[in-house]
Amino acid sequence: MHPALQGLLTIVIGVGGCVGYFYFSNQILDKVIFPARGENAGRNINRANMVRPWLFLLPALIALGLYLAYPVFETLRLSLTDRDADGAFVGLANYRQMLDEPKFWEALQNNMLWLIVVPAASTAFGLLAAQLSDRIKWGNIAKSLIFMPMAISFVGAAVIWKLVYDTRPIEQDQIGVLNAVWLLFDEGSIWSTIFLTILPILFLAVFAIVVALIGWLFVKPMFRSAEKIGAATIPLRLLVAAGGAWLIWESVTSIIGIAGADLPYGEPQTWLTIPFWNNFFLMVVLVWIQTGFAMVILSAALRGIPEETIEAAIVDGANPFQVFFKIKVPQIMGTIVVVWTTITIVVLKVFDIVFAMTNGQWETQVLANYMYDKLFRANDWGVGSASAMVIMLLVTPILVWNVYNARKEMR
Amino acid sequence: MDNIAGSKSSLSWAVHISLALLVALWLFPTVGLLVSSFRTSDQIATSGWWASMFAQEQNLTLRTSDPDDTRVERDGMFVVEGQLFEGDVPDISVWGVNSREIDAYFPGDTADLGDGETFTLNADGTYIWTGNEDQISGRGQRAFVTAETPPEFTTQNYQNVLFDPSNREGMAKAFFNTLTVTIPATIIPILVAAFAAYALAWMDFPGRALLIAAVVGLLVVPLQLALIPLLKFHNEIGIGKGYIGVWMAHTGFGLPLAIYLLRNYMVGLPRDIIENAKVDGATDFQIFVKIILPLSFPALASFAIFQFLWTWNDLLVALVFLIDSSGETTVMTKQIVELLGTRGGNWEILATSAFVSIAVPLMVFFLMQKYLVRGLLAGSVK
Repeated sequence: MHPALQGLLTIVIGVGGCVGYFYFSNQILDKVIFPARGENAGRNINRANMVRPWLFLLPALIALGLYLAYPVFETLRLSLTDRDADGAFVGLANYRQMLDEPKFWEALQNNMLWLIVVPAASTAFGLLAAQLSDRIKWGNIAKSLIFMPMAISFVGAAVIWKLVYDTRPIEQDQIGVLNAVWLLFDEGSIWSTIFLTILPILFLAVFAIVVALIGWLFVKPMFRSAEKIGAATIPLRLLVAAGGAWLIWESVTSIIGIAGADLPYGEPQTWLTIPFWNNFFLMVVLVWIQTGFAMVILSAALRGIPEETIEAAIVDGANPFQVFFKIKVPQIMGTIVVVWTTITIVVLKVFDIVFAMTNGQWETQVLANYMYDKLFRANDWGVGSASAMVIMLLVTPILVWNVYNARKEMR
Repeated sequence: MDNIAGSKSSLSWAVHISLALLVALWLFPTVGLLVSSFRTSDQIATSGWWASMFAQEQNLTLRTSDPDDTRVERDGMFVVEGQLFEGDVPDISVWGVNSREIDAYFPGDTADLGDGETFTLNADGTYIWTGNEDQISGRGQRAFVTAETPPEFTTQNYQNVLFDPSNREGMAKAFFNTLTVTIPATIIPILVAAFAAYALAWMDFPGRALLIAAVVGLLVVPLQLALIPLLKFHNEIGIGKGYIGVWMAHTGFGLPLAIYLLRNYMVGLPRDIIENAKVDGATDFQIFVKIILPLSFPALASFAIFQFLWTWNDLLVALVFLIDSSGETTVMTKQIVELLGTRGGNWEILATSAFVSIAVPLMVFFLMQKYLVRGLLAGSVK
């Protein structure tokens, strides 16, 4: 049968089946099992109304259970067994094997880098775009153009950016924008110094200072009495502080590295094969896509800020930057957190971009692609499932946080 | 107050300019691919796409027609006349007959090739090549022309990728396969989710709050976990890799968002309408079909767009549940990844294929942006 015909048939069967199921199951419930007449009419109606929600929910519950809930436990089971030994229980052997692989650590390390850079950059650009396009005549057009990459597939985006990163031999004209721009820089010229040394150093310095401030916010309350902040939060605070210290250390070493860097001026670079930095070239693709999402949500949040607070600040003599950072940003902090966590989840699942652009070569491996490699190239279900569990573990805090918030909101 | 007004206007200029820069930066990569898909492979390989917008100075090496076939005898001399260019004649700035001096002559000049042999090239591309019998023989005379070629675009790439009968890239087939995956995978979850969302929004039963929390939790479960267990399950019930499997998988993976979006929307519908209908004796089924479903159209549209974009752009689910070793059921994203691997240098094919796959979601995006934005706002967990 032709697939299109099969598709049509599936729509008819699927839709017809769903409607039929809902209609007839309700009919049977009302007319056959608990008929609303005779001596027990009242009791029957009540009983039917107790069963009905489950009739409405049943198909969804089956699909959710089978396609999302059951796999979590099955993957956990698979990660503890060995497929070659007929599914025998092997304890943590798969995890141990995974931890011994340098590729896994590379993937984990890269994923951490992705987790910091992509949500931060997307949210920052999104906030910038939302603020700039607020109350401008052509703001809506600008927004829809920045939002556009959301509709483009990761694979399509990979092709788009591969063209940007393309490299030709030195004697030919460059067809990739990045190399064309790169070749404009000369050794020792003032523009090269500004763009390739001073600006990156400034950027990293600002980044380090921001991290230090955030870390200090978390650490500061620990010096007060324990009951006030709750002893349970101390490990979390220490974790944030440690992560912050690591980021600051990385920034400082990078600044020293940039200051003394001997850049290969005048040579076209194959960007995607430069270890460490190629990760950033891949991240750019996801930032490019996710900024639109952040912008849309944050722009709606900015619109929702009460006008009086801004007017009051202006009357009190606040300049536009103060209004933005001290009045607007604190009021939309909740939304910023939501955007951040949503993008974090996207990052944890990122697969297509790495798969299409480098396939994890040149030290760009990430967890999702590592898992795909293990499952479908190496056919090692044990280690593959173990790495899937690592992804699940990383998602779990956000899952708990979301459920907690949703429940709080419902009360 | 003047001061404040003044600083405000300079700031507003800064805002306009920075926003324009940001938009340009975001648009630039996509425009590059779009422009490239309308250029020939030679053009893409020899110059950056940004240069194609303007007339370009190009060095061409051309040859006159074969003298043995076309020469005519005139006044004891042999002459070859003709047109150096096929198709449009570009603006010739300088030309030469020697590869070391390609800028020796201007259009209309006559080059002396020695021993009475001459070559004249006019601005309109016509040439006259004169000499004795020995000189005007063998291969045609070479001319090195420096010319301004106007921007030139072609739709040939699209014809090759979509309509070429030999169709080595199989994009046309992949296009239909993608469509076959997408449409049922968009429609079926809507219906299943709508009923569940109604129950979660407007029916009272024990465990409702727990179920809603579970849906919120399932929203973020990475689908990576589901790959192997479900592939095993599909093999056990005998559907293996194929359309049925991919439709079911997309339905399952799309449900949490669908239920969440629709429930949030339905909860906000006015209680009076539903209670009035109940008082008038309508059953839950009737209320749902006649009142809730029509009123929920915006939310249904939002989710439909999400699910459409997601299934159309998906690679992973198709790789795992659909594409078997025969490759008959390949989808566009998979084809493009394959092209990236095997023909990474053939930018005209890559760019065109990528744009074919991007075009439909972009159209949906621009036509239905309102619903997409609304869905995003409702769907992000608050």
